[in-house]
This record gives sequence, C-alpha cells and structure tokens, in this order.
Amino acid sequence: MADLRQFKLPDVGEGLTEGEILQWLVAVGDVVVTNQPLCEVETAKAAVELPSPYAGTVVELLHEPGTTVDVGAPIITIDLGGDGPAAAPAPADDTPAAGLIGGPAPGGRTSVLVGYGPKNTEAVRRPRRSGAAVADRATAPQVLPEADYGSGTERPPLLATAPDATTKPVRHGGLEIGRAAEQHAGYTTAASAQAVAPGRRAPRPLAKPPVRKYAKDAGVDLATVTGTGPGGVITRADVDAVRTGGAAAQPARTPAELAADAGTVVRFPAPEAGTEGREQRIPIKGVRKHTAAAMVSSAFTAPHVTEFLTVDVTRMMALRERLAARPELAGLKVSPLLFVAKALLLAARRHPMVNSSWDEAAQEIVVKDYVNLGIAAATPRGLVVPNIKDAGRLSLAELAGALADLTATARAGKTSPSAMSGGTITITNVGVFGVDTGTPILNPGESAILAFGAVREMPWVHKGRIKVRQVTQLALSFDHRIIDGELGSRFLADIGAVLHDPGVALAL
Amino acid sequence: MTAVPEAQEMVDPVPGAAAPHLPAQPELVQLLTPEGERVEHPEYALDVTDDELRALYRDLALVRRWDVEATALQRQGELGIWASLLGQEAAQIGAGRALGDDDMAFPTYREHGVAWTRGVDPLQVISLFRGNDLGGWDPLATKFNLYTVVIGAQCLHATGYAMGIQRDTADAAAIAFLGDGATSQGEVNEAMIWAATFDAPVVFFCQNNQYAISVPIERQSKVPLFRRAAGFGFPGVRVDGNDVLAVLAVTRAALARAREGSGPTFIEAFTYRMGAHTTSDDPTRYRLADELEEWKLRDPIARLKAHLSRSGKAGPEFFAAVDAEGDELAKHIRSGTLDMPDPAPTEMFDHVYAEQTDEIAAQRAAFLAYQEGFEK
Repeated sequence: MADLRQFKLPDVGEGLTEGEILQWLVAVGDVVVTNQPLCEVETAKAAVELPSPYAGTVVELLHEPGTTVDVGAPIITIDLGGDGPAAAPAPADDTPAAGLIGGPAPGGRTSVLVGYGPKNTEAVRRPRRSGAAVADRATAPQVLPEADYGSGTERPPLLATAPDATTKPVRHGGLEIGRAAEQHAGYTTAASAQAVAPGRRAPRPLAKPPVRKYAKDAGVDLATVTGTGPGGVITRADVDAVRTGGAAAQPARTPAELAADAGTVVRFPAPEAGTEGREQRIPIKGVRKHTAAAMVSSAFTAPHVTEFLTVDVTRMMALRERLAARPELAGLKVSPLLFVAKALLLAARRHPMVNSSWDEAAQEIVVKDYVNLGIAAATPRGLVVPNIKDAGRLSLAELAGALADLTATARAGKTSPSAMSGGTITITNVGVFGVDTGTPILNPGESAILAFGAVREMPWVHKGRIKVRQVTQLALSFDHRIIDGELGSRFLADIGAVLHDPGVALAL
Repeated sequence: MTAVPEAQEMVDPVPGAAAPHLPAQPELVQLLTPEGERVEHPEYALDVTDDELRALYRDLALVRRWDVEATALQRQGELGIWASLLGQEAAQIGAGRALGDDDMAFPTYREHGVAWTRGVDPLQVISLFRGNDLGGWDPLATKFNLYTVVIGAQCLHATGYAMGIQRDTADAAAIAFLGDGATSQGEVNEAMIWAATFDAPVVFFCQNNQYAISVPIERQSKVPLFRRAAGFGFPGVRVDGNDVLAVLAVTRAALARAREGSGPTFIEAFTYRMGAHTTSDDPTRYRLADELEEWKLRDPIARLKAHLSRSGKAGPEFFAAVDAEGDELAKHIRSGTLDMPDPAPTEMFDHVYAEQTDEIAAQRAAFLAYQEGFEK
C-alpha cells in the first residue's frame, strides 16, 4: 500500500526564507535510501545538497530546476510503501508527523526553534482560561518511518558532507558581492514597496529602534513613510514629515512628491535615479556560456600561477624582415606571433611536462608527445581557441600558413568543433590590442598558456648604454599541480631566450 | 634580456595549507604516515596493542558516522545548525583517549569526538543543536564541560580549573580545546599568560584546521601557531592532527607533564576541516576543490584502515562490523532526534546555579502561575 510522504524545503541556513532548486539528482521512479542526495539547492548562504529523510520510491518532483521555492513548501513526494499505484498525496500528509518540525510537537506546541522558518509555522496561541472553547487539535502521531541506508557495495553515497566544487556551480565573488546584491535588492524593494508582487511579503520598513518607537508613539505607520536615510532607512525627520503633513493614514507619497515638499531634502538610493531602460539584459548562452563554464572550471580546479618576463626582441624583429624576403616564406605573413609560436614549440620540446594534462579520474598526469598549439582568437561571436594539430612537426613556413588559416577561419566564424578540441598548450596574443600583458586563465585540460604583449619601443639598457629597443612582455600561467615554479620559470626563460636572440634556437 | 636567476626555492603562497606536503613539515610529529606506515619518533614512543588500534578505528569511524547523520538531519530541517568535525576525527579521538579519568576537558562547539570518548550520548549533543536545551550532560560526571560557543572563552575556564587542581594538589590536568582562529582572541592569550605564570596543569589543544570560518591561517599568523607558545614561556608541539597515534602520544606526554607540575603545553594538531565551518557556510566560496583533494589523501580514518589491513591486524569482517555498528548508531541518532520531546518550560530555571536561589525560585513560581493561566 502506498504511503506517500512529502519532503518540505527546510531552512538549511539560519533564518532563510527561500531557496532555488539548482538540479534534481533523482528522477520519478527512482528508489532512494535515507540520506541519499535528492537535489541541490542554493540559498542566500550556500549551495547544498538535500539528503532524503525517507527510504522509498520517488513519486513526484514538485518543482522544475531554476524555481525559487519558499521554505516549508513541499518539493518532492516519496512513497514509503513501495508498491501500489502512485496516487496523489493523502491529505493527512499535509500535516507533518508529530514531532517533525513544522508539525505539532508531542507537547502540542509548534516547534519553531529549528527547521522551517517562522514564516511557515505560525505559533498556535492557546486561549486564556476565560476564552472561547479550544479547537480540538488533531495530534494523532504518525508512525515515524524507519531509516534505511542501503547496504553493501550497492549503497549509494549518503551525503557529500565535504562539498565538491566540481559538481557545484561556483558562484564568483562570494560574500562581498552577495552582500552588495542584497543591499541593492534592499534598495529596490524598499523603494517600490507599493508595487510588491502579489504573494510576496512586503519587506519590513527599515528604521532604527529609537525611530521605530518614535513613530509608534506618534501613531505613524512606518509602512507609509519613505526613508531618506542611507540605504532607504527611515529617519526621525521622515516620521516628522509624515506626521506634520497629517498623512499618517495616507499611503506613502512618491519620492517626487516628497521632493516637492518645500524644505525637504530627499536623497534617493542610486537605483532610484532610474535604471529603467538603462540596463540591458543579455541571456547567457552560446559562446559566452561556454566560455564562462570553461573559465570557471579552469580557474577553480587548476591552481594558477603566472610569471612574467620582459624581453628585448629587437634582433627578432630584424630577423623577421630578413626572413620575410626569403622565397620559402613568400606570400606568408611573418608575424611576431609566428616567432613566439616557434619559440614556445622549441621550449616545449625541451620541457615536455608543460605540455601535459591532469587526469583526475585516473589519478595520472598525461604528458603529450605532440603539441596541438591553441591560439586564442577574438571573433564576432566571442572568444574561441582553435588549435594547430601537431604543430611541433611543422616547418616555419608550414606554421605560418597554419596560423594564417586558423585566424582567417576563426574570424569568419567558421571554426569547426574538432579544431577547438584536443589542444595541449595555448598562446593568447593580447599584444594586438595594444596592451602589455595579462594573467591568462588556462584553457581547460591544458597546463600552460602564454600571453604575448605588444612590442613597443622602450628605453633599454643595451651593452651598458640606454638605447631605444623593441621590447615586449611575456606572461606564462601554469597549473601549479603539475608544473613547479622551477619548471615554469625555465620554460618561460627559454622562450624569452629564443625571442631575444633567435640564434639560440640552434642550441635548443 | 632579463635573465631569470637560477630557480630558487619556491615559497608556496599558502604555507602548509594549499600544498600541505606533510613530509616537508620538519617539525611535525608523526607516527602513522598518510599511507598507513608505522614510523617512530625519537621523543614520542607509543606502545599500542592491536586491540587498542582497532578500538581507535572504531571510535574514528563511529564519530564520522554520527557527524554524517547529524549533517543530514540538519539538511532535512531537524537541526538548527551543525558544526561538522569531518577530517578532524583523529585529532579529537587521539586527544580524548589520552585523557585520564580525573582530567577535565573544556571543548568548543565542535568536539563531538572528545564528547564521544567521555561517554556523552550523541543525542545529548544533538539536542543542543536542535535547540531543545543548552547542553544537557553533567560536566562533572563526564569530566567534559558544556560546549562553549564564545570563541576562546573555554581557555580561561580551563586555566582557572587547572589552578584549582593545583590548589587541591590533585593528580589531574585540564585540557582546553581551541581552533586556529581562536589564537587571535584576547581570552586565549590571557589564558596562556596566566597558565604560564602559575605553571597551571593545563594543555592547550589547538586544532589548526586551516580556516577561521573563511579566513585562512596565513592571514592570521606570521608564524606557525605552535611557535607562539615560546613567547608565553612553555613548550609548543606541532603534531600531525590526522594521525591518531601521534596525537595520542603527544597529548599523553603533555598531560603527564602538566600533572607532574611542569606547567602548560601548547599542542598544534595540524589538520583540515574537510566540510563546511557549519551547515550555514559554503566553503566553495573561499577555497579550491584542489586543496580538499590534497587533504583527502591524508584522511585520518583511511590511513589507520590501511595500517590495520596491511599488517593483518583487522580484516574485512571487522570493518564490515564497524560499518554495521555505524548504521545502528545512525538509526539511534535519527529516531532519537525525531522522537525528542520538547523540554519542560521550567527547565530553564533549574540549572542556572548549582544551588537554587530564592530569586530564581520566585521567577520559576511566577512563570508556572502564568502558564497555569492558559487552558490546556
């Protein structure tokens, strides 16, 4: 016989009122054991997994992922009976079992100390003895379900008590940004208290305790006062303004009306100045979404270290002109990027560990004998990183041709998915935008990325004298799990040595 | 060109934490390596029988099972909050099992492992986190003080208690538990000054779990914590906090030193909080998953299990039996939590003072009369 129970969204922090369901980890029909994770929920404080309080079969998921659910609202129905047709939850299930939070405690009192927030659990006030007859409260205790954690090797993970960032959306900025967002939300809701969406509780007006008492004594309802203090806080003067205006019972006037009051200076929180039409909301999708996911995945799995090197490349620039005149390279673009690519390939051959990837699942480092050289390219659709397959085997002319093809294809927006997969190491040519350098983020699955800055004429000490030389900056980010500071430094120094004096290439 | 000088020793930006390669911690006392290999230390010998090793494993495993169940109960809305000890089991069990019957422990709010060794029922700890009471066990009977949420305050209590032991000329010691963040608190430093000055028989047992909520240790201290003890005038020891044997040996030595009148010791148990600070915290906002993966390799339970298995001191039947016992414990905790009755409203008047005062008795009577004013 079916024994349907609903699990209500608990307050997993302290005093939270709602949470967003990020994803379901079970599906209808799944058999779950006690403490098996059911879903991921993000609240104002944390993204957490909710473990099942019941062992049984999932009958219904009550909310789509992405839905924000009030604390105390049912989110899933689980059948403890395990057989019989799945029917709608029995009405009795709306009242939690005695002793469960949100339900009558064995003592007949509603527990508000823990579990669902105060919003959903109204304290039941008993009448004084002189009062009316007491309503009979059904407190028939339900049998508590027996915990079943599963057994043996089939046993699912009971609860990830150690959070795993790889399965959780990592939100940037953390607490500070969160607080700023809350404060901002506070501004806008306070300013538009009149336009609160139906079903949403109007926020409590912001005021300091002495002002609350002052307003109460004066008979002014704070909900009718527009705050002019920092962050929309109601001040004593605001209360006075309403009281002297005899407007205690009137609905709050708009800030504009208040501003019109002679002698009343009204300061608005910044968003009140009118963001209407001045903000653009762009859906996160396509290349942007892909880029964001890749960046987050890379930044929060591989510990990045970035090192910098400033190089005098005057000789390289001179060589470039001479080489461009050679018949082998006729018709090809002999760019500084070509030299950087060649220098990187030579240095990578000398230090193969930089051309590797971290295989978490296998607990192995994969060192690659081939170099698929990625080139970060700005395209109309956003950042793409196509790579030149087996670039280490190409002659300078072939490399120049491949670079030209790659950039032309990328700019035309025609880069194929295969051209973007399998990269082993990457160059990002930020110099073309006129900047000196940056701290690049690794392309996921790779261990090193080189940023190449603009080549500028700079005063430089050359042979003991200050001369005008052509100078550039290199920045190498690498995965510190695989590459120690020593290896990263040597690799970068070798690249710099070739760019400074291309003749060094003969020795590498 | 600008030459990069010969690669020098690379200084890790997060000493010991982001890349805590334990062998590179020269001052760390260790008796059991992360791989489960038994090693000797010149100053801290430990004779431990096979039965004792198995008992320690059981302690570690059951305390973790309790912790997992309590975390789940909080996520199911049954506890207001829970402070997980995940990853710190060895530090707590090792310290707890080093205590003698007459030694008195002063915990923070995370010492579930020590509570376990003192015989406190997990449900009594749970009822505090469920909001049913403010700590229901008898501190004198269990020799385990009530949980102290005020950071570092218990160090003063322990020092005062230890000075009492001194005046009673009793053969006992006090141990104060604290975290790395607490070392930045005034109370902790005051307690250490008093303890040093009076040679009080107290051990300051600091679990350096690398984070004061979200603040990493290197932003709180310019020196390894155990070196601070020298400034107060007593010894400081850094022990591998994920090695239950080393913690046991080091804590025993410190307690013996205290009992014989040689004064306090500061123990820094170098460990890692594998979970969140509490269930209200999200550590993915301030630390890298990579760091957690590093520490998983040094799991305090896995290394003892490896040692027991490899040396043939325990087989699959033993581990299966402990797992089964863990599930029974979890069921006891779960059903006990759901069945937990609300406390009587008058209980709050009953344990304010050791002996009831007239003032509190009058308040109790007035409250009862008020309650009687309502219909049932």
